[in-house]
This record gives sequence, structure tokens and C-alpha cells, in this order.
Amino acid sequence: MTTAPSPLRSGTAARQAPGAGAARGTTPGGTGRGPWLRRLTPYLFLLVPVALLLVLTYLPVANMFWYSVTDWDGLDKVKNFVGPDNYVEVFTEPDNLRVFYVSLYYFVASFVQMALALYFATILSFKVRLKNLWKGILFFPYLINGVAIGLIFLNFLKPGGGLDTVLLATGLDALVQQWTGDPDVANYSLAAVSVWRYMGLNFVMFLGAIQSIDGQIYEAAELDGANRWHQFRHIIAPSIKPILGLSFILAISGSLSVFEIPYVMTGGGNGTETFVIRTVWMAFNRGMVGLASAMAVILLIIVLLVTWVQRRVVPDEEVDLT
Amino acid sequence: MFLHQRRARLAVASTAVGVLALVGACSSDGAGDAEESQSGEPSGEITVLTWRTDLVEDGTFDEYVETFKAAYPEVTDVKVEGITDYEGEVRTRMNTSNYGDVLAIPGSVTPDQLGQFFEPLGEFDEMSQEYRWIADKTYEGLSYGIPVVGNVQGIVYNTAVWEAAGIEDFPTTPDEFLDDLQTIKDSADGVVPLYTNYKDAWPLSQWDGARGAVTANPDYVNEMTGTDAPWSEDTDTGVIDGLIYDVVAQGLTEADPTTTNWEESKRLLGTGEVATMVLGSWAIPQMQDAAEAAGASREDIGYMPFPAQVDGTFHAVAGGDYNLGINVNSENKVTARAWIDWFNNESGFSESQVGLSPRVDGEVPEALASFVDEVELITMNPAPEGKESLFADIDTASGIVTTDPKYRQQIVDDARSGDRTKQQVFDDLNEAWAAGRADVGA
Repeated sequence: MTTAPSPLRSGTAARQAPGAGAARGTTPGGTGRGPWLRRLTPYLFLLVPVALLLVLTYLPVANMFWYSVTDWDGLDKVKNFVGPDNYVEVFTEPDNLRVFYVSLYYFVASFVQMALALYFATILSFKVRLKNLWKGILFFPYLINGVAIGLIFLNFLKPGGGLDTVLLATGLDALVQQWTGDPDVANYSLAAVSVWRYMGLNFVMFLGAIQSIDGQIYEAAELDGANRWHQFRHIIAPSIKPILGLSFILAISGSLSVFEIPYVMTGGGNGTETFVIRTVWMAFNRGMVGLASAMAVILLIIVLLVTWVQRRVVPDEEVDLT
Repeated sequence: MFLHQRRARLAVASTAVGVLALVGACSSDGAGDAEESQSGEPSGEITVLTWRTDLVEDGTFDEYVETFKAAYPEVTDVKVEGITDYEGEVRTRMNTSNYGDVLAIPGSVTPDQLGQFFEPLGEFDEMSQEYRWIADKTYEGLSYGIPVVGNVQGIVYNTAVWEAAGIEDFPTTPDEFLDDLQTIKDSADGVVPLYTNYKDAWPLSQWDGARGAVTANPDYVNEMTGTDAPWSEDTDTGVIDGLIYDVVAQGLTEADPTTTNWEESKRLLGTGEVATMVLGSWAIPQMQDAAEAAGASREDIGYMPFPAQVDGTFHAVAGGDYNLGINVNSENKVTARAWIDWFNNESGFSESQVGLSPRVDGEVPEALASFVDEVELITMNPAPEGKESLFADIDTASGIVTTDPKYRQQIVDDARSGDRTKQQVFDDLNEAWAAGRADVGA
């Protein structure tokens, strides 16, 4: 993208050069290319990335829309057009709707996650010993692959695993239970793992926003007698409002598209099935690619809708602390 | 501004051309040429896809390839690709023409699709003189695959644990089976009487192997397409899924099913921490290996029939494992065919897997001999002509998908939480099945 202006400008320069027309294509030591080619150069550079984008993103999405109105099973060479049947089935089958209920666990958990992230980001934006170490520790879980996290917590939460050992050692025997085996607890356990994993991302976003605040503002506030809470309430909170808004959309779309942690840890069993797990099961186990595509389209539409609503409710305003 | 737009359009147009060229390049190969390679001597190279990644890793397949090449000197190479997620990955690859020359036919390919993807291996009537269990992969009289090994379906158990609990005879009814498991639970501390392997889920599908064996009816699965209530007290599916419900509801399975682990389960059975698992006979050698690796004895692994008798006799269903077929796009079908024939007749694969030979005149391996003495083997009848895909169609339309373990996971969930009684589970399944039949117009 950034390369675009300079060849454009040199193209203009070439046109303005005296005698350029006569010497076109034969200038000794020159490029030997006509101005039309020069004007085209930036687009030639764009050709590869745009082609990749089209082939790997837009074409599959267009295909997905097409599959979603067929009864394709993922294999057959014939795809029969069935109209909106798949969409009707997504919304009429209770099992398909139940998965949205599971999303609520993750949605609520994402507020816990944002609160924790905000708390740590605020604390670490003030003077703290070993600041960078704490930052590293808090961000680290986000860097680990989701599948690895699933496997780690699988062993940590299993009966007699790490968590139970810790609880027994600290005398909290009463709390020991089947963390993923008890249907009343399973979703809380998985949502907690999700919080552990994604808090680092929120934390870094908040920290970045907080650190962009001019240090003099704090000094001025302190002179005026503001304590830490006042500083948070009147300086930090308003200045990171756009980031909070962004985190909120990510929380909604994220809680709808939860996948790898429950998939690795319970495989969607025991009432922990999420929308994406069900979509994947539909497509690859049940062999109903058409229906699964419709589910994917619906998820896409919901996410777009949420984003649009958020843009309306929280406009992209400039933060002005003065 | 205007100029800008024109450029934008030009850019879009030129990329579109580029994309089309790319797409064209991708799809232009494959097909064609296929016809030329029908006859002649096996030569050149082929690619074989296999689900047995363990045998690829431990070098067993290298030996097979060497022996095969020695038999057919013209063959330059046999590339063996082991695929971990066999069903899923091969199914996706079958959307292209590049899915090897020889491969096991994925279970989810419906009979009417066989011809689209696989080369017919011969007439069913003719081939059935030589091979068993080829009816599954037969459509309109043409057979598309030959099973590599035959399995019988039953229950793997740890003989030491069962004997220590004082049980000497195979249980003959589901109730007796439940009593025996209870006895094991009471007599040995910490032993899990039956392990469901809920987390990995597919082992729950192994219970399907008892369909037909419970009532000794080789047409049971075909008859399911003709009834609105396959789940009841005395039908095969009702007995099987009812037993799963009872065994879980009575607390005779592992305490936390969501943390089961297939690889681990082999060791647990081998060392006697788990007494019983419902699995096909293919699992026997794997369990024996795991027992030995854990310091126990191979002899501890036994095999029993599903606890149900008809006229005082146990029955067990014998059927083919994965069927080898030839990619219809293959450019070397002669060699591919030679590999299949050689693999089934000369490789010794079925004996090494403690299975029955796919050949009609094949021998019974020693480890299964005593089982076969006590149990009458039955082979399920193929669907009548014209109805080959009916069962799969109803199954999918009903949303139950008996080939997928999910509905059994739900039964386990219900049995543990008590959310639904066994009768409610059956009612819901029957209702869905009836709706599926209505959808398909059966």
C-alpha cells in the first residue's frame, strides 16, 4: 500500500520531463517503459495480494453463500438448490438454538475478563516494581496456542488433577468437584479458561490506551488533590472509552464464536456445545455442509449486525481531556 | 475522482483475470487419461492412503511395500500416506481428484455416491465367491471395495479382573451383565467396571456392532427403515442404548466421562483398572500390546459376546473393516488393483490384526478361535436393491445420525443427570426417527 504513491509521482515526473515523448522507450540508461505502464505499476504490485485475498477469502465466502442454499453433503458432485430451507431449519430446531444459551456463559465471562484486564492495566500504568515482568506474565497466556491451553487445562481440571490437588492441600476439600464432568459447572470452568486465555489481549489494549495519556495530566491532577480512584474515574476511564467500546464488540462476537477451548476440552459434550462446534459437527460429522454453511452465514450476519449497532451507539469520537 | 474510479475498475478487472487464470490452472488437471491405464502389467508408482498411522510409523508398511515391489519388479514406488483424521481429511480431499490411487472408502460415503469416486472392482455375484462382507460397498450389482480384515463385534474385557470377582460365565442377558459389573465394582476397590470413552466419542459408536446380534436378525438394520419406533424394550437398538443408559445410571462407568482418554484407556484395561470396554475385535491386539507395555500379561485380554442370547446361543456380527477401493481418477489402476489383491491375499495383514480374513476360505486367527466356538457369527444382510441409501437418508433426516456418537453422549448425559428417563430418551429418539422417515418418504 505504501509503495503506491511514489511510482505514481515518478510517472507524473516522467510525463513532464522535456523530450520524454520523443525518447519514449529508447532513453539510454532509462527505464525504457512507457508512462502507461508506469501508471499501471502500483496495480501490478497489488495484483498478487488482491488475488490471494479473492481466492482465499472472498471466493470461499461466496461459495459458502451458495452452499447455504443447497443440500450439499460435502461430497456429492450434485448440489440441489433448496432455497431458504436450511435457514428455516437453523432457527426451528431447538438443538440449534440451545447453543446460543451456552454463549451467554462466555459473554458474562468476558465482562469479568474486561474488569480484570482494566484493573491490572490501571495498576501497571502507575509506578510498580518489576512492571515489565508482570506485564509479561499477564500477556503470556494469549501467546499460547488455544489447543495447548485446552490440553493443559484438561489435565489441570480432571479429577485428581492439579486444581483438586491444590484444593486438597489448602484444606478446601469441599470445593473439589468434577470441573468438566458436572453439567452445572462445566460451562463455568470452560468460560474461566477462556478468561484466563484472552485477558492478556484486553490487558495489552487497555494498557496501550492508558499509556498514551500524557503524564502531565496525572501530575496536574495530583496537585489538585486527586487520589488514584479519582484519576481512574476522571482521566483513565474517559480516555480509553473507544477501546472499551471495541472490547465490547469483541466480547459479543467472541462469545458467539467460541471454539477451540471447549472443542479440545470436552468436544462439546455435556452441554458445552457452542455455535461453532455445532457448525463444524454439522458439516463434517453429520455431512450437512449446506446447513452448516447457513449457520456460518448467520453467525457472520450477527457479528456484522453487532458491529454496526455498536458503531451507532458508540460513535468513533475523538478523546479530548482538556 | 473520476480517474480514480476508472483505475479502480481496471484493477478489479485485471485481478479478476488473474484469479480466473489461477482457478483454471487448479481445476484443469485430473480426469482424462484414466481410460488408458486399464490393462497391462503393474508398473510405475501409486499412492496408498491409510488410516493406520501406527503401522506407517513402526515400519510395518515399509515391509509391505518392499514385499510388494519384490513381487512386481516393474513397480517403482508405493507411497504410503498415513492420515490421522482419516474420515474427515479424506472426505475433504475427495472434492479434488487427488486422493491417492488406493484408499479405504470413508464410511460416510453413501452407496449411491460410490460410482462417482471409486472404480468398480467387479460384479458382486462374481466377487462374493471369493470375498466376504463386500455387500456394504456394493451399488447396483457392482462392488467398489474389499475389506482388509473382518471384525466380530463384542466386548473386550480383562479376564483377571472378571475372574477375581468370581465370574466364570459370560453374562447372557443385559441384566446379568449389569449384575456382573456391580459385582466387580463391589469386589475390587477403584476398578471402573465399564469404560465408555465418552470424550473421544467414537468408541460409543462401537456399540452399534451389536445391532442384529441381540435378536439374531441379520436384517435388523434394513428393518429399521420400515418402523417408526426402533427404540423399545425388545428391539436391538432399544436393548443396546437401554444398556448404555442403565450402566451409566447405575454408576458402573467412570466417574467423570468428560475426561476419558482413548490412548490411556488401553493401559487402564491392560492393567485391570478398567474391567470392560465395548469394542470390535480389531481392538484386541492394541489392548494386548498396551497390557504388555504396562507390565501386565497379554493373556489378560479376553473377548466376550454382547450379553444377549437367542435360544440359548450367543450371536455376534461379523463384518468388514475399512474397504480398500481405487480412486476413479487414478492414472495407474492396474497397479492399484494389484496392491488391493496382494494386500488381501498375501500381506498377512488380517492375521496380524487378529481379525477374520476377508477371503471366503480364510482361516480364523487363534485368539478368536474360542470365541468363535461359543458364538454363532452372523453377517448382516445388505440393503435390498434400490434401497441402498435409504437407511443413511432416514438417519440423516432424523437428525439422530446413529453413525455419529453424539446421540449416545446425550444418553450418557441424561443417565447421569437424570434429566430424561430411559423411556423419555426412547420416545424422543422414536419421534425423531419417525419424522426422518416421513421426510424421506419411506
